[in-house]
Amino acid sequence: MKVEMNIDDVAKLARLKLSAEEREKFSSQMSDILSYVQKLNAVDTTHVQAADHVEAVQNVTRPDEVKPSLDPDSFLKHAPLGRDQFFIVPQVIE
Amino acid sequence: MSESLMDLTLHELSELMRARKISSLEVMQAKLARLKEREPQIHAYIRWDEKAAIEEARQRDNVQDHQGSLWGLPIANKDIICVEGVETSCASKILSGYIPPYNATVVERLRGEGAILFGNTNMDEFAMGSSTETSHFGVTRNPWDLTRTPGGSSGGSAAAVAGGLAIAALGTDTGGSIRQPAALCGCVGLKPTYGRVSRYGLIAFASSLDQIGPITQDVEDAALLLEILAGHDSKDSTSLKVEVPRYREHLKKGIRDMKLGLPKEYFISGLDPQVKVAIDEAIKVYTNLGVEVVECQLPYTEYAVATYYVLATAQASSNLARYDGVQYGYRAPNFSNLVDMYFETRSLGFGPEVKRRIILGTYALSSGYYDAYYLKAQKMRTLIRQDFEEAFKKCDAILTPTSPSCAFKIGERMNDPLTMYLSDIFTISANLAGIPGISIPCGFSKEGLPVGLQILGKHFDEATLLRTAYAFEQATDHHKRKPVVR
Repeated sequence: MKVEMNIDDVAKLARLKLSAEEREKFSSQMSDILSYVQKLNAVDTTHVQAADHVEAVQNVTRPDEVKPSLDPDSFLKHAPLGRDQFFIVPQVIE
Repeated sequence: MSESLMDLTLHELSELMRARKISSLEVMQAKLARLKEREPQIHAYIRWDEKAAIEEARQRDNVQDHQGSLWGLPIANKDIICVEGVETSCASKILSGYIPPYNATVVERLRGEGAILFGNTNMDEFAMGSSTETSHFGVTRNPWDLTRTPGGSSGGSAAAVAGGLAIAALGTDTGGSIRQPAALCGCVGLKPTYGRVSRYGLIAFASSLDQIGPITQDVEDAALLLEILAGHDSKDSTSLKVEVPRYREHLKKGIRDMKLGLPKEYFISGLDPQVKVAIDEAIKVYTNLGVEVVECQLPYTEYAVATYYVLATAQASSNLARYDGVQYGYRAPNFSNLVDMYFETRSLGFGPEVKRRIILGTYALSSGYYDAYYLKAQKMRTLIRQDFEEAFKKCDAILTPTSPSCAFKIGERMNDPLTMYLSDIFTISANLAGIPGISIPCGFSKEGLPVGLQILGKHFDEATLLRTAYAFEQATDHHKRKPVVR
């Protein structure tokens, strides 16, 4: 079964702008990949439980202790733009 | 070919170091000489700091009491594991300028044993690929044949170890990214059980599948490194409190009492005949060692690739949503407003394969499609895991080829993502099931390209994997063959 994806909608959700060339190439590749994935439908999974962690890990907790954290300025070193413990972004509210 | 300390293993060098027959500085100088000689052809690394490495080596040499089993020995790091103060980019433009303010737990553990983290190795962008061709920093070449890829995504690490540019290296494995390049480059590559090694400080690709593991020249080095890397870490809530054995002590126990399984689903028509010949030879080696080899079944194998590409891309699309030009690395130079900044940054910062996977994963998680794709794949994952549980009732470990072919040519599969995805067909199931797997060299094709044998084991039973691999290595000398790099 051939499956098509509305690539413009999905790219928008993913916050990606695609060039005309990318759009065309990805559309046909996505169609191939999704058509391949359809083979999963051959297996009846109605009564199968979905997997989570390979071991039965639940509710991992730790003691609620006060510990020092990293200096906020150290995070600004890897940011494109920042000052006085803040990340700088373009104006959000007009 | 020049003789070099770089051709010795970690355990050999460690012994020489303990006996004070060599210094850390000598090892470091040997490494730098090799880099000068071979790195221009192989391009295994994205970056390294020569001055810092020499300085660290001198510091180690100045300490009278050697503490730790890796004292003064350089280990190469994959460009996806955070080292404080060292630019870590996942081979992506979008993380250019990202300098982590902390160390990954594995980095702390290696340093705790006296190791020196040296150089960040090349990889597929965000570990998405099977050939190290999607790197923003150019391709890495296979030391056995420079026209071929080293596999991927840990292709830089495998090429560095195979090409004598690293004694050992870290890799990460989400769908085969340690084992497949190890196979294609003739190294040993170990993917531990999910939860065995802390992922703290590993930049996430698919969080339910990712594991860190060693790429080494022999099995003893893999055992040595796993002893150090493994263990619970309170900073990674998915790492488990399971006792870590002294793996090296298990190696020499022998394998006469063992039963090894051969899954018929892994010996398919798409398997390269030369790989088949080498694997058949490897099975004979085990039979001659007195091991019982039995047939086993993993009926859901044919669904593994489809299952994987839904789950891995969905988790990747979520994990990579954080790269938007605000907190990390790159921001696009031109944009009209905040939302446009996200679009521009992501469109210019990510390469084609990453975009492809983000789109696929976003689709699988989007409203109306979640049940049909993501939930379905999570259920398939349960079935694949149950396959292994059944199979391990009849055997202690499973033998398969690591990859259906030997190293392929650079560019050969780049325009056909589905064919590229299918090259991981034998490695993906282990990640889905969470079980450990190791690839060891088991022969060569007529063209002189290495073939890898994969051994899969039960959850947290890396000791049996390593013992099985070690017995094979003792009976053969494939791991001793080195490429002639020209």
